[in-house]
Amino acid sequence: MEYLKIENLRKTFGGVVAVDNISFEVEQGALLGIIGPNGSGKTTTVNLITGFLTPDSGKVMFKGRDIAGLRASKITNLGIGRTFQMVKPFYRLPAFKNLVVPLFSPRVKRMGGHYGEKDTLALDILEDIGFERDSAVPYKPASILPHGYLKRLEMARVIALQSELIVFDELYSGLTLAEVASISPMIEKLIEAGKTIIMVEHRLKELFKIAHRVMVLDQGKKIAEGSPREIMKQPSVKKAYLGVEL
Amino acid sequence: MLLSVLVYGFINSVILAMVALGFSITFGISRVANFSHGGFYILGGIFTWYGLIKLGMPYFLSAGLSIIIIGALGALMYKVILIRLRGLELSEVIATLSLGIVILELLRGLGVFGYEFRNPVFMDGSVDILGVGVGIQRIIIVCAGALLLILLHFFVHHTKMGLAFRGVAQQEHTALSVGINPDLVSMLSLAMGSVMCALSAVLILPLGVISVDEGYDILIKALAVCIIGGLESTLGVLVAAFIIGYIEVLTSMYISSALTSVVPLACMLGILLVRPSGIFGKSKEIEERV
Amino acid sequence: MSTERRKERIDRPIKAVTDDIFCLSSIREIAYLVIPRMLPVVGLLLLAFLVPPYWRKVMVITFVMGMMALSWDFMASCGLTSLGQALFFALGAYSAGAANHYLGLPIYLSIPLGTLIGAVISTACIYPTLGLRGIYFSVVTLIIPLMLMRVVETTGIFGGTEGITGLSPFPGIIVTIALSMIALWITFFGLRRLIDSDYGHIFVALKDNDRAVEASGLSIRWFKVQAIFIGSGICCFCGAFMTHYYMSIGMSAFAVDLSIFPIAASVVGGMGTLVGPLLGAIILGPLSEALRAFGSFRVVIYAALLGTFIVMLPEGLFPYLARKYQQIERWVEAPGGISED
Repeated sequence: MEYLKIENLRKTFGGVVAVDNISFEVEQGALLGIIGPNGSGKTTTVNLITGFLTPDSGKVMFKGRDIAGLRASKITNLGIGRTFQMVKPFYRLPAFKNLVVPLFSPRVKRMGGHYGEKDTLALDILEDIGFERDSAVPYKPASILPHGYLKRLEMARVIALQSELIVFDELYSGLTLAEVASISPMIEKLIEAGKTIIMVEHRLKELFKIAHRVMVLDQGKKIAEGSPREIMKQPSVKKAYLGVEL
Repeated sequence: MLLSVLVYGFINSVILAMVALGFSITFGISRVANFSHGGFYILGGIFTWYGLIKLGMPYFLSAGLSIIIIGALGALMYKVILIRLRGLELSEVIATLSLGIVILELLRGLGVFGYEFRNPVFMDGSVDILGVGVGIQRIIIVCAGALLLILLHFFVHHTKMGLAFRGVAQQEHTALSVGINPDLVSMLSLAMGSVMCALSAVLILPLGVISVDEGYDILIKALAVCIIGGLESTLGVLVAAFIIGYIEVLTSMYISSALTSVVPLACMLGILLVRPSGIFGKSKEIEERV
Repeated sequence: MSTERRKERIDRPIKAVTDDIFCLSSIREIAYLVIPRMLPVVGLLLLAFLVPPYWRKVMVITFVMGMMALSWDFMASCGLTSLGQALFFALGAYSAGAANHYLGLPIYLSIPLGTLIGAVISTACIYPTLGLRGIYFSVVTLIIPLMLMRVVETTGIFGGTEGITGLSPFPGIIVTIALSMIALWITFFGLRRLIDSDYGHIFVALKDNDRAVEASGLSIRWFKVQAIFIGSGICCFCGAFMTHYYMSIGMSAFAVDLSIFPIAASVVGGMGTLVGPLLGAIILGPLSEALRAFGSFRVVIYAALLGTFIVMLPEGLFPYLARKYQQIERWVEAPGGISED
């Protein structure tokens, strides 16, 4: 049984085909990168898998169950966590209280293990992800945190949810090289912990260092899939990415 | 019986569409929900009445003047109030709603109530259409509505100004970067919405008495039609107007005229349950689902 | 070169000291903290029982309106900006009235029952609109009560235009005023406790970012239902209470001024602060009584006040006063000119 299997996924927006019969599979514990030029349907694919959009047709099989068309919260509770390309913190809440919300989810309750104070737990997670516990940072409202911290907060949410399949939607966009360098090991650590990861990314160099497989989308269609090395050699990929150095 | 449903349903629908178009045009272009619509509507009627009855002006002069005044009032509202609140949706709503209520309740306080507040019809008499007697005023309304729609379509799709309007409606910042002034466009869109509102008041009010409650009624109907059709879609507004218009007439003819008022409410809640962004609302599925 | 001046705002020293409870060292510092907090509670208590009998009625109305304003503010801070609190008020009023009139329930049963039934019906009425947000939600909530009013008028249910009269009264004005004040404080402190709790953070999160709430594995529809139930429940209680206070119920319960008042109180006092709406209601309640002679112009004055505040002082009175209390403003010279940031 495949872990995650996408079959003939299709989505149109008023005549524009955003995602055109895409099929792919992800094995448990793998890191799949999805790349492609702007408007190639990457984020739409993510939204379709995580339930923020309903596909027109096609199946999303997760551990043998078709989850296409379920509510986003339901899918999250089944174990698929996601981050947003545009950061979506709760601006009026302090950073650590941002994690209190996912800690209320049925999934965390069902997984058990999390007894005791939600605040302590939230602070623990934030410390792991790079918020210095003794500094004032975790206690500041999210509205005044810099972008790098907000991206980490997005990551912290899926960690708090204990998702087993994590979809990062352009996690690296807008981050400095140093920040990327500090986040990449965290992703590798997640893989080591047995999580499965799908990364939608524009920063190819950083992605190719950690990805096991890479899928290329162009205009809603899958044009190539393979190991990072294979993908770099594909002429069709170079064509889609004309002007982008690989 | 069936023929009269057909004819009166059509007229009813056109009336609803005219009332709702002014609101939806403004919202579609500038994203301002003009809740003072009902106030402007009654104000347009009262100005016409005042010019006609009290000042003894000719009908069309008085009507034309009041349409211009209401249009200017819409622009003024943008220039004085809304420009300070741009982007704060909630504040915009509260500001326009409070202005509308100020207008309506002020008129109520000044004693606008009763049979004397009544604009005469343009032309007396009635014509047989499909064997159903229809007042000429109603025919004028339908013709004016059709004309208005054609003009509107021409304006939006075939003039430079209309192009600017569409530009601002789609992407305000991009429009700004190609030299369109979004503030000016928004102001004009409010003026246009208000003009359409006053125009429909001038045309429709002769069918009944000018009263403050009519203002609230018009606001409700316009909003219900827009919600059902999808707030920014002109086609949606037309379709929704025809749906509500016909169902209303059918209910009053075959079931009970007392239940007419239930129709828009039931329609609206039903549609919202199935399609939160209205029949022809733009596909914003993410918004819909959450 | 002319030096420009800019306005500088800094915390008062006493505020900096009293920020931390362990630093309190003098009566003056304790008073700085305690007086603004005690003032409304003690003030209202004294006011309610010392004013002449006529004004006691005004106090009751003010308290009830304060509750409605609180409920509006709570819903608004959950991202549910309702323009039709009258709907909830009327549903509560009609439920309680019907329970009392048709079923003959005594007042101490009909009010809680009316509140509960009203809240359930209100939530059911609003449920179809929960997929909407922002302006769309406001539009729908504005028209639902107005439409229901027409329905009651044309179909004649629940007494139609006449309404229902002869409902059981409260035992006395002192009981009424005490009850309404207790209810007001329960609402106020309850909501404040709720908003500050971990569970309440989910409601705050709903407004900040509903998609992220969904991505956190929580169904926003379910939490919106809860928020509506709480918010409408408060208004339904107000409706049920006022029905028995007036001993009658009519279509005016749906009227637009009941929707406008809570918004006006919140905007004047300061949206999103919970204290603000209370302050707004305490100002506007007696004011509206003083303006009674103006008849329909009363609503005009409300609405005009509302419009003025939203344009001129959008933050509201309470944050404004709090700032004056806690901070010093002074003009300082800015030799380098004022930066455009």
